[in-house]
Amino acid sequence: MQEETIAMLRARANQIRRSSLTMIHRAKLGHVGGDLSAADILATLYFAVLSVDPANPKSSTRDRFIMSKGHCSGAFYATLAQAGFFPEEELATYMQPLSRLNGHPNCVKIPGVETNTGPLGHGLPVAVGISLAAKLDGLSSRTFVLTGDGELQEGSNWEAAMSAAHYQLDNLTVIVDRNRLQQGDRTENTVKLEPLAAKWRAFGWEVRELDGHDHAALLATFAQLPFVAGRPTCLIANTCKGQGVSFIQDQVGWHHRVPTDAEFAAAMLELNEVLS
Amino acid sequence: MSGLYDCRDAFASTLQELAASDPRVVVVVNDSVGSSKVGNFRKEFPERLINVGIAEQNMIGVGAGLANGGKIPFVCGASCFLTGRALEQIKADIAYSQANVKLCGMSSGVAYGELGPTHHSIEDLAWLRAIANLTVIVPADPIETAQVIRAAHQFEGPIFVRLSRMPVPNVHDENYKFEIGRAVQLRDGNDVTLIANGTMVCRALAAADQLTAQGIAARVLNMSTIRPLDREAIIAAAKETGKIVTIEEHTIYGGLGGAVAEVVATTHPVPMRILGFPGVFAPTGSAEWLLDHFGLNAAGICQAALELMK
Repeated sequence: MQEETIAMLRARANQIRRSSLTMIHRAKLGHVGGDLSAADILATLYFAVLSVDPANPKSSTRDRFIMSKGHCSGAFYATLAQAGFFPEEELATYMQPLSRLNGHPNCVKIPGVETNTGPLGHGLPVAVGISLAAKLDGLSSRTFVLTGDGELQEGSNWEAAMSAAHYQLDNLTVIVDRNRLQQGDRTENTVKLEPLAAKWRAFGWEVRELDGHDHAALLATFAQLPFVAGRPTCLIANTCKGQGVSFIQDQVGWHHRVPTDAEFAAAMLELNEVLS
Repeated sequence: MSGLYDCRDAFASTLQELAASDPRVVVVVNDSVGSSKVGNFRKEFPERLINVGIAEQNMIGVGAGLANGGKIPFVCGASCFLTGRALEQIKADIAYSQANVKLCGMSSGVAYGELGPTHHSIEDLAWLRAIANLTVIVPADPIETAQVIRAAHQFEGPIFVRLSRMPVPNVHDENYKFEIGRAVQLRDGNDVTLIANGTMVCRALAAADQLTAQGIAARVLNMSTIRPLDREAIIAAAKETGKIVTIEEHTIYGGLGGAVAEVVATTHPVPMRILGFPGVFAPTGSAEWLLDHFGLNAAGICQAALELMK
């Protein structure tokens, strides 16, 4: 059973990667590195963890997911489409004139998107509000936020982190896509984030570190939430930016570079090979 | 018009009434329980008063999240911090996301007087008026404030309500009916129109009285909703009175005067005067002193109107 689930998640993540690359190659725009680093986390959440229903996307008891790293809309849209929130064919309109698939997700137009992100450091404060509302109403719904790691340089995250611990929001989980690269350089060469786990702990969060590409580890970790009653959880998911495509992996230049036709073909070949 | 009132009292008591009948109503503050006058609200509904501490960016995001969870959050803080510190959150999390959040900017304009320009909020209308999908309202007295808060509660979508702490008289009577986007004519007249909102409405009325004594019939409009703007009332004023003076406790760049001028210039151009703070950081002085210093009083309004009459 577990093996089947993991095989399914691997296939889902691979599909997210291939969709993202295809969308970016067609649009000549996008953030390929972060799309690929987040794919396994998104696949695990949407196909094994979240209680969401595309037929009733506004259900008051749904779990919430917030893509705080909104620039990785390619992976997010690919995930939502696979999960049934809108037709997969629509992915072909990514960033085309009048498409609702903007470069950054719009909750007014796209079912399954909870709040508009794009500017960084916005997801976690909103997630704190959603978690507070659930507590006020005595609901068991949970809220998950995926942030980039460079994004944690935004102070608003730490305002939110303080308040989440103060209000004992154990229904809230932040997942840090710790790929160690940001737009211009490595995070640690830009403004150091380490010791990152200690920072979250000092802010009153329960912290776990794991491999953000290991579906079994992700599943096992999500299954144990919350680790401590009355405490929000931070999962530092160690990832590789560009995961899955050898020449994109861990390269700062691939933050938002668009693959050439030849690069696109080579990348798709690698991803197809993994699948078979 | 007997007595002067702090509109925050009407705000707070109305909020409490709404909360008593609607469990969705919650309040979010940035350690501003006292300055937002929600101490009694906290006593009555302790779990529905969420204090995020001195953290405005988080405060706005938390408001958006509470709305996502089905609440009707009234997010309250000094207008200078609420709007200036968290402008991007207001744009992205509230307006662009169409979150059902009620932003309540306290002690706006130069209400903080001697505390200086860091605490003055004389740019808020300009930067909030520029944001799509955000309704912006500036009530003039306690009667209107109470109705604006009720209207905000009924309205599905983001609203900013700009409140002062400066005492004002009632300029409306109990029969007044506030409507979002609708200016109300407080005085009839066809020689000149005075368009004001918030703390300036009572001053415009005083100016109209002085003008009457000089044989000039001034129309007075309370333009409490600055977005969406009551274009019809402005165009009618331009056509019927031929001269317009706007008065606001705000910079003259991009506020009420700018909004009115955009309509006048593109529909029925007439001479205008735009009264407000002239694009400078105010010197030290009490709120009342600053208003007098910058001519935002009956005498200054009369002078502007008389200049247009020449």
